[in-house]
Amino acid sequence: MIVTHLNLADFRNYASADVAVSPGANLFVGKNGQGKTNLVEALGYLSTLGSHRVSGDAPMIRAGQNSAVIRAKLHHNGRDLLAEVQINRGASNRAQINRGQIKPRELPRYFSSVLFAPEDLGIIRGDPSARRRFLDQLLVLRTPRLAGVLADYERVLRQRNTLLKSARATGVKESQLTTLEIWDDKLVALGSEIIAERLALISDLQVPIRTAYSEVVGADHRPGLVPVLSILGNDTETDDPENVVWDPSGGADRGQIIATFRAALVEKRRSELDRGVTLVGAHRDDVRFDLNGLPVKGYASHGESWSFALALKIASAEILRRDSLLGDPVLILDDVFAELDQRRRARLATIISRYEQVFITAAVLEDIPEELTAHIVHIRSGTVVDPEVIDAFAEG
Amino acid sequence: MYEGIVQELIDEFGRLPGIGPKSAQRIAFHILQTESVDVARLSEILGQIRTRVHFCEICGNVAEQETCSICRDPRRNQTLICVVEEAKDVVAIERTREFRGLYHVLGGAISPIDGIGPDDLRIRQLMQRLADGTVVEVILATDPNLEGEATATYLSRLLTTLKVKVTRLASGLPVGGDLEYADEITLGRAFEGRTVIG
Ligand SMILES: [Zn+2]
Repeated sequence: MIVTHLNLADFRNYASADVAVSPGANLFVGKNGQGKTNLVEALGYLSTLGSHRVSGDAPMIRAGQNSAVIRAKLHHNGRDLLAEVQINRGASNRAQINRGQIKPRELPRYFSSVLFAPEDLGIIRGDPSARRRFLDQLLVLRTPRLAGVLADYERVLRQRNTLLKSARATGVKESQLTTLEIWDDKLVALGSEIIAERLALISDLQVPIRTAYSEVVGADHRPGLVPVLSILGNDTETDDPENVVWDPSGGADRGQIIATFRAALVEKRRSELDRGVTLVGAHRDDVRFDLNGLPVKGYASHGESWSFALALKIASAEILRRDSLLGDPVLILDDVFAELDQRRRARLATIISRYEQVFITAAVLEDIPEELTAHIVHIRSGTVVDPEVIDAFAEG
Repeated sequence: MYEGIVQELIDEFGRLPGIGPKSAQRIAFHILQTESVDVARLSEILGQIRTRVHFCEICGNVAEQETCSICRDPRRNQTLICVVEEAKDVVAIERTREFRGLYHVLGGAISPIDGIGPDDLRIRQLMQRLADGTVVEVILATDPNLEGEATATYLSRLLTTLKVKVTRLASGLPVGGDLEYADEITLGRAFEGRTVIG
């Protein structure tokens, strides 16, 4: 799929912006702080309902305004589609497809993108939550239905934690224990589905990651992903070397996960009531990244960590291209080339050129391999300043 | 911020469900510009609503007497009770004309976040109504969302101790939604296709 037009209103520093874009590589060039990243942040928002730079929505609404609007004209399989989302301050967001109202969380059914950014290093080096977010975003893009499962799990978790906290405060009552069992059932049902889906995704990523990593680096360092599950008694809050790994021969069998989850809840019941918080489940899991049998976190160099991050994103794009009904995901590379040496730049350029459409931002044109510079849009002070690009690809 | 009473009025509207700050302001200014007779009628109704409306002593539905018109109607099937979260769900189900039994309004759903546990719902009253054995089927029609499902599960476990058939509305209702927003045909079908769960 490709984007043919991007239109913003009151998004970040743009009062309004209207950019026609082309298939293949589109390069947004401008000094830092001028607004080039805001354009690709807006595109990314349409498929992930979030920003790669901030956790809340509020910073994306222009100062003094109550809402920001992102509109994109999309083209796939000979069909045009208008996707819109309105980000509201202090109210729920709204989304439309071809002017018909949909739930914002349904947007990934219509638009899928994979974003590469300097922040990706956080997936490798950051907390488990960054790795869970990476997996879950990819799950939703591959199987949009799972957005609902993840949201329900979060809500059950909040309900259950509140119940545990109040039980701790008031002493455990009979009726509280009965309702705790009911939330347990929901937690296990939803959580097991998430765990099974993540395990399947991790398994599906192994080969594409190995291919992508060796393409980026030019050598096979045997990259691998290892699920670390809290329901097996692993403490993912610490990097415990004793962590138990899910036996791959067991696969992602749902029945086995459910039984293990239940047993873990029973075992943790006392400490959960003591601490007033849910200690096992999909929200406490992690995935370990290995190179040559050693964890990347703690052992790999800066360059190796970067290569692994790139490989994760390239493998994500490969999986979506293969499994998604939307065809190629749109690739977005925000300030990535500046982080890489010449060899990695050239190899990355070759890989991403295989995709239908790519968006790249850069402060300096010289950082970008020449094959990606056919369509350049200059950005200055929140304005798109290359009208010839707009004219050349405008409708009609 | 507006001065004194105007801001107070905006704040009061803003506290109502589904009304954001902008709507609250719009309604407040609409009232400021409305004919004084209309405003007087509105304030009269608001003043009387809590004293004139009661909750039915039997089922918890809204009523203008001690019991509601449904509980007083001898033609209703006395062996069926449909359990709902709110009185507005009774209205939604009545619209389908599929159900001719009685209701029981719980007054909400189990939701620890909102501070609502089983003891805060009209569950004890439901058990009392079932005690004499007249009722043969209890239909659990709580909302098709997490809290509604949790409440239905809690009730179905509680009711296994009694000799009563427990059914749940068929799927097909929009998941995560409110019963009151389901259209009549969908809700009617959900009634016909209800499944036994206890
Ligand atoms: Zn009544």
